[in-house]
Amino acid sequence: MLTELAASTKGLRADIIRMIAAAGSGHPGGSLSVIDILAVLYDKHLRHDPKRPDWPQRDRLVLSKGHAAPALYAVMAQRGFFPKEELMTLRRLGSRLQGHPERHRLPGVEAATGSLGQGLSIGLGMALAARLDGTGQRVYVVSGDGEMQEGQVWEALMAAAKFKLDDLTLIVDHNNGQIDGHVDEVMPIDPLAEKLKSFGWDTRVIDGHDLGAIDAALSAAKAVRGKPQAIVAMTVKGKGVSFMENNIAWHGKAPNQSETEKALKEILHG
Amino acid sequence: MGKATREAFGEALVELVDRFPGLVVLDSDLSKSTMTADFAKKHPQRHFEFGIAESNMIAAAAGMALMGKVPVCTSFACFLIGRLETIRVAVTLNRANVKLVGTHAGLGIGDDGASQMGLEDLAAMRALPGMTVLQPGDALEAKQAVEWMLQHDGPVYLRLTRQKLDDVHKPDYKFACGKLDAVWEPEPKAKHFQATVIASGGTVGGAVAAAKDLQPKGFAVRVVNAGTIAPFDADGLADFARDSQRLVTVEDHNVAGGLGGAVCEAAAALGLGKPVVRLAVRETGESGLPAELYEKHGLSAPHIVDACIKNLEQP
Repeated sequence: MLTELAASTKGLRADIIRMIAAAGSGHPGGSLSVIDILAVLYDKHLRHDPKRPDWPQRDRLVLSKGHAAPALYAVMAQRGFFPKEELMTLRRLGSRLQGHPERHRLPGVEAATGSLGQGLSIGLGMALAARLDGTGQRVYVVSGDGEMQEGQVWEALMAAAKFKLDDLTLIVDHNNGQIDGHVDEVMPIDPLAEKLKSFGWDTRVIDGHDLGAIDAALSAAKAVRGKPQAIVAMTVKGKGVSFMENNIAWHGKAPNQSETEKALKEILHG
Repeated sequence: MGKATREAFGEALVELVDRFPGLVVLDSDLSKSTMTADFAKKHPQRHFEFGIAESNMIAAAAGMALMGKVPVCTSFACFLIGRLETIRVAVTLNRANVKLVGTHAGLGIGDDGASQMGLEDLAAMRALPGMTVLQPGDALEAKQAVEWMLQHDGPVYLRLTRQKLDDVHKPDYKFACGKLDAVWEPEPKAKHFQATVIASGGTVGGAVAAAKDLQPKGFAVRVVNAGTIAPFDADGLADFARDSQRLVTVEDHNVAGGLGGAVCEAAAALGLGKPVVRLAVRETGESGLPAELYEKHGLSAPHIVDACIKNLEQP
C-alpha cells in the first residue's frame, strides 16, 4: 500500500509544480517538503469524506503553514474534494484556491491560515471543543519550522499540555528554510524536539519523506494518552526537484517553462 | 448610579447559560476584573483559563467556534486589540462565531493609567469586515446586548466599562442592534434642536446631564445613544440630524476612527451638511480619578454643554 502511495506522491509533486507554474507565483519549496506528510495523513489517518466535507465527525487538519496551500490542494483534488482541473485556477481572481487557504471559499479547508503561528492555537481550540462534546474527533496541525519563531506557538504549546489534549497532534515540517535564509541562521529553533518535550509534549523525530516512518509515527501518536503529541519531521525543502532542494531561492517563486519541464521530468521519470 | 456594564455582562452570562448550550468562556488571567469569575466558579467545565496569552486564547476561541461552540473571550479592551492580527485572520477571515469582550474601556478606568486603557479598539474593530461592534450605555442595555450577541451568528466585539454608569434607559427599553436610540429629549418635544449629542458607553450619562442643564437656559438638546458602533446606523443619524443645528459626538476613545469617525463618515457620505463637533481623547491616557480624567480630556458634562452651544446666541 505504501508502494502505491509512493507512486501517487509523484503525481502530487507534479501537480504542485504545474499549478504554481500556471499561477506564476507560489511556494514550491515548502509545498514539496510537506507533501509526503499530507499524503500519508489523508491516505491512512485523517477520517474524512470528500463528498461530505462538512461531516461533523470528521477529523480536523489545520495547515498552519498556509503558504504550502498547493500541497493541500493537490491532495484534496486527488481525494476528490474538487475536480483536478480546478488546480490550474490557483491564485486567480474568483478561484476557490486562494494563495493561502480559506475555509469559507473551499469546502474541506478547516481554517484560514497564512498568518504564521496561529494554526496550533486554532487546532487546540478544536480539540477542546471535541473533547467537550465527547465525539472523538482528532485534530492534526501541520506547521512549518520557521513558524516556530512566533511567540504564539509557545503559548499554544503550553496550553495544549495544560489541557492534556491527547487528541491533538502537531507535525512540524522541519525543512530548515524560510524566506530570508536557513532557519538556524535567521533565528535558531533547535534543539526543537527537546524544547517540545520540555513543554510537556510526547515527541518523536522522523524522516519526513519516509512514508512508512510518517505512518508509524502517526499511529504511535494516536496511542498516546494524557498529553498532546509532536512529530518533528526532518524534511528537505524542495524535495524531489534537484535544483530546488535546499535552495532558499525556491521558497516563494514559480518555475519558468524550461524549469517546469525539467522539474516534471525529474519527478515523473527520475 | 447604576452598575458598571462589565458587572451586567458577568451576571448575564450566568443567567443565560442554560439557553445557550454551546456557550463557553475563555479568560486570560483577568476573570476577576472582566467579571467572568462567577461563571467560572459555577460552570468550571465550560470555562477555560488561558493565562496571560491573549493571542492563543483568541485563536483557540476561533477553533472552538469552528466546531460549533459559542466562545466568549474576555480581557481588557487594550489587550484584546493588541492581538489585532490574530483577530483579523483567526476570527474574521474564518468568519468564526467568536465573541470578544473588552472591559476597562478608556480613561474611565482611572488610576491604573495609560497602558491599561483601551483607547484605539473601536477604530481597529470597525475596520474588520463582518465584525459587529457594540458599546452599551448602561447595565440594562448591556444585559440585552449580551443576549443578542450570544444568539447572533458572527464575530462580535463588546466594549464595556470598569466604572459604574448612570442608568440612561427606561425600564421598558428593548435593545436593537444597529439602531441609534434617543435616550433624552426635552419635554414638551422641541421642533428644532440646537444640538443632537451622540454618545456611547461611559459618556452617555454625562451627555444626558448636559442636556438637562441646558433645558432651563432655553437650549433644546437631544441625546442619542450609539449602542452599536458597527454597523453604524447612518439612516438613523440622518433622521436625528434633520431637525438639529449641529451634531456633537462624545466618546471615551481616541478621536480617530471611533464613534466620532463613524458619525463624520456617515454625515459626509449622506451629505447631511451639519457640523460635527467631536469630543474624544486626543492624547495618551494617564492616571487619575475617572471624573478628573473626563474633565481634563474634554468628555465631562460641562465640556458637552460648551460643545452644544458654543457660538450660539441665547434663544
